[in-house]
Amino acid sequence: MLLGQRLRRLAGWLATLAVAAAFVVALAAFFELLSHDAEGRSQVLRGYQWFASGDLRVAFDLRWDPLSAVMALVVTGVSSLIHLYSIGYMEHDERRETFFAWLNLFVASMLVLVLAQNFLVMFLGWEGVGLCSYLLVGFWFNRRLLLVNPLGRLVEGEPDDTYEVWAPPAAKKAFLANRIGDVGFLLAMFLIFATFGSLDFDDVFGQATGLASGTATAIALLLFVACTGKSAQFPLYVWLPDAMAGPTPVSALIHAATMVTAGVFLVARTHVFFEVSGTAQTVVVVVGAFTALLAALIAIGQDDIKKILAYSTVSQLGYMFIGVGLGPIGYAAGMFHLVTHAFFKAQLFLGAGSVMHGNDDDTDIKHFGGLRTAMPITFWTTMVAWAAIIGVPFLAGFYSKDQVLAAAFEHGGVGRLAWVVGVLTAGLTAFYMSRYVFLTFFGERRWPEGRHPHESPPVMTLPLIVLGVGAVVAGFALTTFTGEGGRFQRFLEPVLGAPEEHESLAGAFGLSAVATGVAAAGAVAAYLLYARQVDWLALRRRYASPWRALADRLYVDQAYELFTVTLGGALAAFLARTVDQRGIDGAVNGVAELVGSGARSGRRLQSGLVRSYALGVLGGAVLIVAFLVFRP
Amino acid sequence: MRVGPGAYLLLSALLFGIGVAGVLIRRNAIVVFMCIELMLNAVNLSFITFAKTNGSIDGQVLAFFVMVVAAAEVVVGLGILVAIFRKRSSASVDDVNLLKG
Repeated sequence: MLLGQRLRRLAGWLATLAVAAAFVVALAAFFELLSHDAEGRSQVLRGYQWFASGDLRVAFDLRWDPLSAVMALVVTGVSSLIHLYSIGYMEHDERRETFFAWLNLFVASMLVLVLAQNFLVMFLGWEGVGLCSYLLVGFWFNRRLLLVNPLGRLVEGEPDDTYEVWAPPAAKKAFLANRIGDVGFLLAMFLIFATFGSLDFDDVFGQATGLASGTATAIALLLFVACTGKSAQFPLYVWLPDAMAGPTPVSALIHAATMVTAGVFLVARTHVFFEVSGTAQTVVVVVGAFTALLAALIAIGQDDIKKILAYSTVSQLGYMFIGVGLGPIGYAAGMFHLVTHAFFKAQLFLGAGSVMHGNDDDTDIKHFGGLRTAMPITFWTTMVAWAAIIGVPFLAGFYSKDQVLAAAFEHGGVGRLAWVVGVLTAGLTAFYMSRYVFLTFFGERRWPEGRHPHESPPVMTLPLIVLGVGAVVAGFALTTFTGEGGRFQRFLEPVLGAPEEHESLAGAFGLSAVATGVAAAGAVAAYLLYARQVDWLALRRRYASPWRALADRLYVDQAYELFTVTLGGALAAFLARTVDQRGIDGAVNGVAELVGSGARSGRRLQSGLVRSYALGVLGGAVLIVAFLVFRP
Repeated sequence: MRVGPGAYLLLSALLFGIGVAGVLIRRNAIVVFMCIELMLNAVNLSFITFAKTNGSIDGQVLAFFVMVVAAAEVVVGLGILVAIFRKRSSASVDDVNLLKG
């Protein structure tokens, strides 16, 4: 944006370079952190004072400790790859400089969020990423985008897709849902300040252990409301699927790897409140489990590849929240799933973007099929990510997902329930992801006339390959098989505390086998249904009612619309007509009317007749004389 | 036959009352003026009566004042009336109602 037209072509490279440099710096700082022993691994940089008002002093303080190091590395690392990818993806867009500027702004806000040392600076980053999400989702605000018809191939004569401008409403929905969550964050901050007199993490967390359980529950639940907004959990998840109106790199970065993980990070950072309040922990686990299941179900009924991945993200975020909601036993597991998910979900999104790029920006899975020969690199990298997400042994997702489930099982109580839901969801995840892969890359070709799918340029496929390697090795490089968690867990211990319970190797193996078995069953079911020739109409007619419900996103959006639009509209109409027009305007007009009629009656005294005036004078004179004569 | 001051005062009151009634009832402007003169003269009579009964001549002096003022007032009033009459050729007081609200 600075050097204008001459550097247009270089805008993308400049932006990528900036983020890559940030990654290098983060890496250097990470190694510096490792050189300290475990206790000294937390450094605070006291910055410029922002403002001081009454008892509240807020400064731009930054914190570098294992937790923020993990987040910073994930954010900058995945961001650099996505910036690189975007150079190719946005090549033909006339506003690509703005795109890169906003993408950079997003990374900056996210870094402020994870590096913050007090709640207000974190909130600054929180709002910043929300803003950038709005800007980037609404990037193609005047472009007609493909909207897949949920009833396609179920009802005779319904078109597969329509073209509409649906980016601006999606952007507004994202921002508003986030805003509702932000109210929770603000209220939590007020409560924290009222209780502790400070917003700084060191001050607050130091005193938090002795907190009354009621206050801690309130703070924790308010913060969790913010998380449901930002990290798309029930009931505020509805913005994320709609946010697929944005360019695919945006979906990969913001809605898979970084922004939506801010909520998980928040719970991990403020874990002290959740530990003091058992109620809040239960709420987090239950909401996480419920969301995971709900989103997995909806994903089964989607024909738009990006929507499948969006609901998959919501579902996997549910797993992360199960992890961090369990207490010390699950923090590292939840955070580890965050890291691995960043890799394979970003890869899936970038792969989907690659598929779209080679198919005239079509997102409808009904028009794909047999693409593995036409787009080999995309195919193989997507298969790696598929294997990771469904939990094929020894890939990243296997380790992280099973760790979360094992921690849930060990925790007992609500954790056991979460384990059951989690295993079931793992099966559903395998089912819908396998469906996605089989329908896109295998089977017969369903391409429309005149389309020639081709592989994407290297600038797009290189990030896919790098992420693929990450998805494979991140698992066994960072952790071990049992609940002890290995290197990753030990690294995070200074911040998140050590778990009290461990489980046996046999126990972990058993649980893992169950989960993997269920996932395998899901994959096999999808293979039988989708891997060869697909008779859409027969298949959908056979399961018409459940299909309709799933394709229509289980009517959650419709419920919202009923509640907010219809009810709100009725309330607004009532207020406008009855209260405002009749009530308030009536009162104001009534006063004026009163004055008018008073004046009209008074006017009748002014008849203009001299004789009546004379009569008035006489009357007055008589009164005065009477008063003077009969004075008491 | 001697009559007491009461009779004079009664006469004065009666004249005043007739004058008031005339001002309120008559429509012709000149008649209204005459009634005003009647009122003034009635007041003069009562002034003289009180002067005689109190033994001071203050009342008589006041009567002089009243007569002078009445004369001046008649000049001005008749002047206004003539001006109005020239304009609208009617001497009725009911017709000057242009200040009607």
